[in-house]
Amino acid sequence: MDVLFDIPILGLLLQFLSYLVQVIVSGHITPIILGLATPIALGALCGVLNERSGVVNIGIEGMMLFSAYVAFMVALFVHQAFPAEPSPLFGVTPALVLGVIAAIAAGVLISLLHAWLSISVRADQIISGTIINITALGLTSYLNRLIKPFDSAGTFQSFRPPAGLVNLPGIGWLFEMFTAVGPIAMSVIVLVLITQIMLFRSRWGLRTRAVGEHPKAADTVGINVIRLRYRNVLIGGMFAGLAGAYLTLEATGSFQNNMTAGRGFIALAAMIFGRWAPVGAFAGALLFMGSQAIGVAIRLAPPSGNLGTFLAGIQQAYPSIYNNFFTGLPYLLTIIVLAGVVGRSIAPAADGQPYEKESAT
Amino acid sequence: MMARLRSYAGFMVVPALSILLALLVASVLIIASGLIGEEKRLNLLLPLVAYRSLLVGAFGSFKGIANMIVAATPLMLTGLAVGVGLKAGLFNIGATGQVLLGGFAAALIGTQVAGAPIWIALPVAMLGGMLAGALAGFIPGFLKAFTGAHEVVTTIMLNALVQLTVSGLVNDVFRAPGFSFARTAPVGNAELTGVGNTTLHLGVLFALVCIPISYWLLWRTTVGFEIRAVGSNPTAARYAGMNPRRMIIFTMSLCGAFAGLGGAVEILRLGYYPAVFGTSIGFDGITVALLGRSNPVGILLAALLLGAMRAGAPLMQIQARVPVEIIDVIQGVILIFLAAEVVVRQIFRLRSAGTGTGELQTITRSYGEKVVG
Repeated sequence: MDVLFDIPILGLLLQFLSYLVQVIVSGHITPIILGLATPIALGALCGVLNERSGVVNIGIEGMMLFSAYVAFMVALFVHQAFPAEPSPLFGVTPALVLGVIAAIAAGVLISLLHAWLSISVRADQIISGTIINITALGLTSYLNRLIKPFDSAGTFQSFRPPAGLVNLPGIGWLFEMFTAVGPIAMSVIVLVLITQIMLFRSRWGLRTRAVGEHPKAADTVGINVIRLRYRNVLIGGMFAGLAGAYLTLEATGSFQNNMTAGRGFIALAAMIFGRWAPVGAFAGALLFMGSQAIGVAIRLAPPSGNLGTFLAGIQQAYPSIYNNFFTGLPYLLTIIVLAGVVGRSIAPAADGQPYEKESAT
Repeated sequence: MMARLRSYAGFMVVPALSILLALLVASVLIIASGLIGEEKRLNLLLPLVAYRSLLVGAFGSFKGIANMIVAATPLMLTGLAVGVGLKAGLFNIGATGQVLLGGFAAALIGTQVAGAPIWIALPVAMLGGMLAGALAGFIPGFLKAFTGAHEVVTTIMLNALVQLTVSGLVNDVFRAPGFSFARTAPVGNAELTGVGNTTLHLGVLFALVCIPISYWLLWRTTVGFEIRAVGSNPTAARYAGMNPRRMIIFTMSLCGAFAGLGGAVEILRLGYYPAVFGTSIGFDGITVALLGRSNPVGILLAALLLGAMRAGAPLMQIQARVPVEIIDVIQGVILIFLAAEVVVRQIFRLRSAGTGTGELQTITRSYGEKVVG
């Protein structure tokens, strides 16, 4: 091995790959990857539900941001009015639970605006989504400036899986990924699987796909296109709301202006990467955000050998570029993947087209 | 002449009513700000106080008017950056990234030519900013044309990437010694200094010239005709022998050039590029373009309106204690009413004029599709 590692450039690459495998299998990095991927995966589920029924949703970003704010403020309010001891499991308090519920309700509320604009008013759907992003950013920044909360309701805590499970040789890292996380991150895999099964195995799923591919035909056989689209956009809003709650109540415990930082758009790319299927979108989310986790891994357990010296040298000389490189990797991967897959993955045929029922003449 | 005037009036009536409705909606939030803000009392007149100080801040003095024009200048350019794209059926929400790259390039070139005479230093730095912006627009244009990656996602990703790259470079490579924070060296003679004792600067002229140029380009040249043809119906444009791919790349680069110039104006006015540079002019460009109906004259008017709000907001925050962020909320609500044009027409019982928003429809139509070249 060491002989291979000494080859210039290629050796560094080989060392990096072996380091990656080693870090994923034994570096306790997998729960961090799932955590980073959680809002992306939930946002992508929102996108899947919308676009499978023919509604383009660019406003996931704004929906997440608005719900994140609502979650934070509701939890804070309840926390100050009724302080409670966190429960040993997940650190659950009534404040946090109500915050999550409020976030989901906020997601539904704001997606109602998108549904109304794009389904009933038949405005351009991308413009409608952009409006939601601009309005959510403005409204949350305005309220955040006005109220200036200094306190916090805290966050959900990660589950502590038994050491025996995590240290199982070969597969321990996989158990760790899905158990050593908080409740919202843990729920993601369940939600992804349920949505996947419902979308491809249930009557609702068949109708959704029919409406997204050929709304006129679906209408002819008695499916209410408008009502189904409304319902799917609103359910999608619940997912976006949960993603927002994750950001403030599980990941950070605070709210910052524009804290979504493009996650809603990475979610869209993950959806396209996954060919508009929940499981594929989840894989995309893990891929995109896994790249960001590499930076965390290197900080926690720096690689040895000349790879370690190489990285340490760059970090020494260009600390800011070094950090920004890892922060920016998901954005870069998103562009590359989007450019590489779009031609080959086909969007639902009626995606983005408002439906107008023809009047009987 | 009268008929033409009337058609212009018809064109502007829905934007004007949307602004009115948005101000009404925002007054609810302003009243709420009185309730939960520092004063904690119900003051139904607070919106009037706030809007009055907004007007006074923007129009109440010669200095205010100068500030308004200076605030509107980059908005004209970013408004064109979004609006010209809309004409081609492209939604350029990456003006932010193009602004940052343009401003950064202008600052770097500015430091190089800092000692040159102003009539050399300034145009060279501006041109550099324009070219860098064009590059930032070229990338999503190329990706859209040849891979089908939609510009709405790629431009947002580029916004983040440009911001991270540029701030990294300022921190680690181009940081000027002797300042308490990370910034580039001064641009010297390339700086856009105020004329007389106002804030008005030469950049205003650059922006004002771009308005008639883009009007001429869109309606008086073959390229402009092709841009509009691709925007209203790409398939028909292709059958008519035009090349949609080439038009997409050209238009996105042009949009980027406008935004890059806007960034150059902002940075050269400041005189250096700070590592932490947050600006709203990129996103304000979206509002300006949609409010101005992607028409250069409309964009000029919308930029002045938004510039007035931006210039007047600080006084409003001082006098009425309404946070300046209310401007962002007002923008969003204006856009909601603009999008729901049908509803606005119902509220005011207006006849439908069938105004040309056809190019907007192609934005979503092209989503997730490959461009056939």
